[in-house]
Amino acid sequence: MQRYLFRKLITYMLAFFVGVTIDWGIPHLMPGDPIQNLLSRFSLTSSSYAALYHDFAQSFGLNVPLWQQYLDFWKGVLTGNMGISVWAAPAKVTTLVFNSMPYTLALLIPATVLSYVIGNRLGAAAARRKYLDNSVLPLGYIFQAIPYPWLALVVPYLLGSVWHVFPISFGYDQGLTPAWNWTFIASLLDHWFLPFLTVFIVSLGGWAIGMRNLVIYELENDSSRYLRALGASERVVRRYAYRNASLPQLSGLALQLGVLIGGNIVTEIAFNYPGLGHLIFQAITNNDYFLLQGIFIFIVIGVLVANFIIDLVFVSVDPRTRLSMQGASA
Amino acid sequence: MSESVSDAPQVPRPGAIPAVAPEVAAVGLPGGPGPVSAVPGRRRSDFAYYGLRNKKLVFGLSLELLLVLFAIIGPMIAKYPPREITGFPVQHPGTRFWLGTDMLGEDLFSQLANGLRESYLVGVLGAGSAALVGMTLGFIAGWRGGILDEALQLLTNIIVMIPSLVLLVVIGSYMSAKSVLFEGVFIGLTTWPWVARAVRAQTFSLRGREFVDLAKLSGKRPLSIIVSEIAPNMASYLFLVVILLFGSSMLLAASYDFLGLGPTNVVSLGWTMNQAQANAALIYHWWWWFIPPGAVLTAMVAALLVANVGLDEVFNPKLREQ
Repeated sequence: MQRYLFRKLITYMLAFFVGVTIDWGIPHLMPGDPIQNLLSRFSLTSSSYAALYHDFAQSFGLNVPLWQQYLDFWKGVLTGNMGISVWAAPAKVTTLVFNSMPYTLALLIPATVLSYVIGNRLGAAAARRKYLDNSVLPLGYIFQAIPYPWLALVVPYLLGSVWHVFPISFGYDQGLTPAWNWTFIASLLDHWFLPFLTVFIVSLGGWAIGMRNLVIYELENDSSRYLRALGASERVVRRYAYRNASLPQLSGLALQLGVLIGGNIVTEIAFNYPGLGHLIFQAITNNDYFLLQGIFIFIVIGVLVANFIIDLVFVSVDPRTRLSMQGASA
Repeated sequence: MSESVSDAPQVPRPGAIPAVAPEVAAVGLPGGPGPVSAVPGRRRSDFAYYGLRNKKLVFGLSLELLLVLFAIIGPMIAKYPPREITGFPVQHPGTRFWLGTDMLGEDLFSQLANGLRESYLVGVLGAGSAALVGMTLGFIAGWRGGILDEALQLLTNIIVMIPSLVLLVVIGSYMSAKSVLFEGVFIGLTTWPWVARAVRAQTFSLRGREFVDLAKLSGKRPLSIIVSEIAPNMASYLFLVVILLFGSSMLLAASYDFLGLGPTNVVSLGWTMNQAQANAALIYHWWWWFIPPGAVLTAMVAALLVANVGLDEVFNPKLREQ
């Protein structure tokens, strides 16, 4: 148990290290000079340009050797100071990220959790039951095969353009100013539903099919046969099969996190939804390195935190890790 | 203990999606009935017998073959090149333009046929490069074990946690022009950990078998043991993993192309959807612009998935319908 968590911790730390290093490398890989881009907005004489350039290089910390910049970057990451956005100056990168993050989380968390739970239940129910299986299985394959961008076009087309049930873009009614009143919250929910629905549907099929197959395996297992031989009812056998099948599904969820975030970005772009994915594209079109760095690091941290949570759930669900924990303390 | 559970091979669900290549995941479960049989001689006639009688395999394979044929013949029978401006903007589907035209007057049938071809190309490149890297590292880690194995596990765990789409955005903006080859190989280089995990787990469980010991005793080199003793025993399983990666590569590519990160100057299904979105086809009800590319892509991947399950049932008697 302790060894397990220890290894996991090392993996997380290394992943974080790699993530931060890649993140730091981003501006050095991207074309263009950020300060030059910033200064090109103003008409300057060459002498004042040089002076301003020097000033900006100093304030962005770009006039020191590379290794120093790297260490400074780490300092910034660890103290939560990611600098100032070039595009939305003088807004701080962290402020921009924190303003967008709620939108992304509000899409990603409910869609992921609900599709995981409902998909698994559906799949488990369909396993070895002819009637349910005949509808869940084909639908599952189709859902699993749908490309994110297509669903993000078809769903708003039908429910927005054709039937006018939901708005098809933006995070809230653009005539409103964000405030905590019912009109605004209602508008938020109204705009939230379609993006949520598409992310939910795309993920559903995979979980259902995965669980169906795992439960079929479990029902054929010796442990299930033994249970039946003991006279356990089919309901009890299924319950044990479900619990066993949950473990690989859970580790599958951890593996999918990075992919899920990618899909979420597609959805945000398609719906013009003001989350992190949307912000990334703004950072790119404006050559805003600092913003891009900030978003990237927050996404990496998000994936790591989600992984850690899944690890904790895993440990509490898996009887073997629980047992070895007791064994270690005894 | 629980580490072994997380070794259960998973294949990324495409398009940036969760799809725990279910069948495969199940097959690789520790303690589960693996597809790995120590029977050296495969009963090929058996596979053919069950294969032809497996409705899922026959259906999936036929649909896939039809689509491949379309990808080959379609561009030839299209009346216009995909980017040619015909002078008839926003035509409904009809006899002259089978799938209508877009806002510039480009023939959408031609774009669909050419995009399909592009998708298959990216799928083959993505699955191929992922299989190459994943198999190499998976065999090495599974065979050698020890430090090498630990290092590989760490590497795969880290790669899985780095958001590849964001990475592509960055690398993409650094390159002035991208090719289909680049997109395919990039996808492969971000999805290989799934192959590596699967191959590693299987190699690990096979290397302790008697027939492998026998091969070692007879003085065979490790490479030839892997190629002639271990690989054949997981061939069917590997095949399934690669098929799933093929589908997921096509879906991932569609997402990248939709975001405008795809190959430059290439017509792809994702690119067509991107154009439809950018030109507000949703608001003007130009459904023929964005419905066909996604529908065809869904059919392509769904057919692959169905054929894959059929194959799984053929290879693995325990899965056959009762």
